[in-house]
Amino acid sequence: MDAKAISERLQARFGDKITAVSLEGKSPFAVVTAEAMVEVATSCKEDRELLFDNLMCLSAVDYPKETPPRMELVYHLLSYTHHHTFALKVHLPREEPRTASLESVWGVANWHEREAYDLFGIAFSGHRDLRRILLPDDWIGHPLRKDWQDPDFYNGLHVKPTTQMAERAMGGEKIGVGPFDFTPPNAHMPD
Amino acid sequence: MATVINPADYAWTGPGVDTDEMVVNMGPQHPSTHGVLRLELRTDGEVVKAARPHIGYLHRCFEKHAENVDYPGVIPYTDRMDYVASMGNSLGYALAVEQLMGIEVSPYVGTIRVIMAELQRIASHCVAVGTYGMDIGAFTPFLHLLRDREKILDLFEWTCGARLLYNYNWVGGVSHDVPEGFVKACRHFLREFDAVTFPELVDLLIGNKIFIKRTAAVGVCPVELAISYDLTGPNLRGSGVPRDLRKDAPYCGYEHYAFDVPVGKGQHGPLGSCFDRNWVRVEEMRESSKILHQAVERLAKMEKADVHEKVPKRVKPAKGEIYSRSEAPRGQLGYYLVADGTGVNPYRVKVKSPCFTAMSVFHVLAKGMYIADIIALIGSLDVVLGEIDR
Repeated sequence: MDAKAISERLQARFGDKITAVSLEGKSPFAVVTAEAMVEVATSCKEDRELLFDNLMCLSAVDYPKETPPRMELVYHLLSYTHHHTFALKVHLPREEPRTASLESVWGVANWHEREAYDLFGIAFSGHRDLRRILLPDDWIGHPLRKDWQDPDFYNGLHVKPTTQMAERAMGGEKIGVGPFDFTPPNAHMPD
Repeated sequence: MATVINPADYAWTGPGVDTDEMVVNMGPQHPSTHGVLRLELRTDGEVVKAARPHIGYLHRCFEKHAENVDYPGVIPYTDRMDYVASMGNSLGYALAVEQLMGIEVSPYVGTIRVIMAELQRIASHCVAVGTYGMDIGAFTPFLHLLRDREKILDLFEWTCGARLLYNYNWVGGVSHDVPEGFVKACRHFLREFDAVTFPELVDLLIGNKIFIKRTAAVGVCPVELAISYDLTGPNLRGSGVPRDLRKDAPYCGYEHYAFDVPVGKGQHGPLGSCFDRNWVRVEEMRESSKILHQAVERLAKMEKADVHEKVPKRVKPAKGEIYSRSEAPRGQLGYYLVADGTGVNPYRVKVKSPCFTAMSVFHVLAKGMYIADIIALIGSLDVVLGEIDR
């Protein structure tokens, strides 16, 4: 089936739960409400005409400048039987984004969801093991959000870029902890 | 008087030495974990009751970096994901941006890309199969295979100056044209590969009775599990699914080449075992050699063309998004690119790494295995931690 037929089939079956469809771009997609996502995903996998047995990719994207500001989850689906692809999107609020886990539908969603949680702070209800996956367990914040600010320190280590540290050091400010001192040697020399 | 033996006198009484459940930590500096993978294994004696992989030790914020450099600037970062097969990574990214911008490269560039990708596939499988042999106790094939991989790296170095991280596939072209005499050198390499390297590999490792016995019944991955956990490439084909993007959705002119897609047959045990996955890799090397023969002759007949002809002065795609896939040596490498149409930096780059998804099935396969077989399993999934952690 082509993207148009897939989207029509989904719209016919789910009506209002599909809030938008885009077929113009190079990667056609349908937007699904967060509440209906498990139902739609299960149907996508089990419907004999669709048979999306493979979740190729799950990406999260942060759109703070859209109105209203939103987080987006993009599920790229592939059917090994019919050789067609399609994408489903879920829009979530930027404040406390939460949606249901799809691990019961596609096993691979487990790690993808953990990654989305780690880097974007999106929570997945019903996820058995929602821990950070790429960043250290004691990391604070979710760095791929667009409003992310690098922290000054992580466990006592500088994480700001060194040019900023050099600028601050050149301005006479003494920075660094413990034995670390990033003041350039010539800062102490008389003129 | 006959001695009467009462069996009850000989029965064991009192406490015994039972095996307790024990949590064993393996890695991150374990030599068989192919990088810095850490495994937590809950074991009962020799048997693994549950396994939990911990990744992230090599996380270098690829996706964050990609948002802060322009589109061509991302390419060197892609090289550093799967550092055993850099050509495949940059090719996937270049294809994604080209599709987003509607650039179509010339057949000359396409042929060069195919040659590089297939050489890289052979080099990558040399490392994969060679280190796998070493993991389970066969040291010699590793040395032979690295020796032959070296010849491919020499070809790469001759072409673009780098041996491991090439920055070769650019958006709209490649960084350097192939040097004078490249075709001849390739023919020479292929002759040697077909006559010596490949038969040697088959004799020494994949047809070796010890190797077969060690791997043929270990780490069996059924088809449904493989698809549900998005195993791709040789891992999926090892389970008997003949899916290869070079055939299913050809790019770079792969449709012009005659080659087969080897799939696991389960000839020595259940289908989808560690042996099948490695056998598929070895067969793929033979197929890559077939493609290379054709591509090299195709290149020899072509007129030299400017490899920078389609390289845009400024890469600034219109607002849009694309999910682009290519067949990297380790499976389907996907790039999800979002362009906002205002800046010269990508708005979002997400990589679907084939090793990431292959590792995510590990805990399912590992349950109930022996610890020694865990080593055989990790190696057969052929994960590169640089790509898992990005």
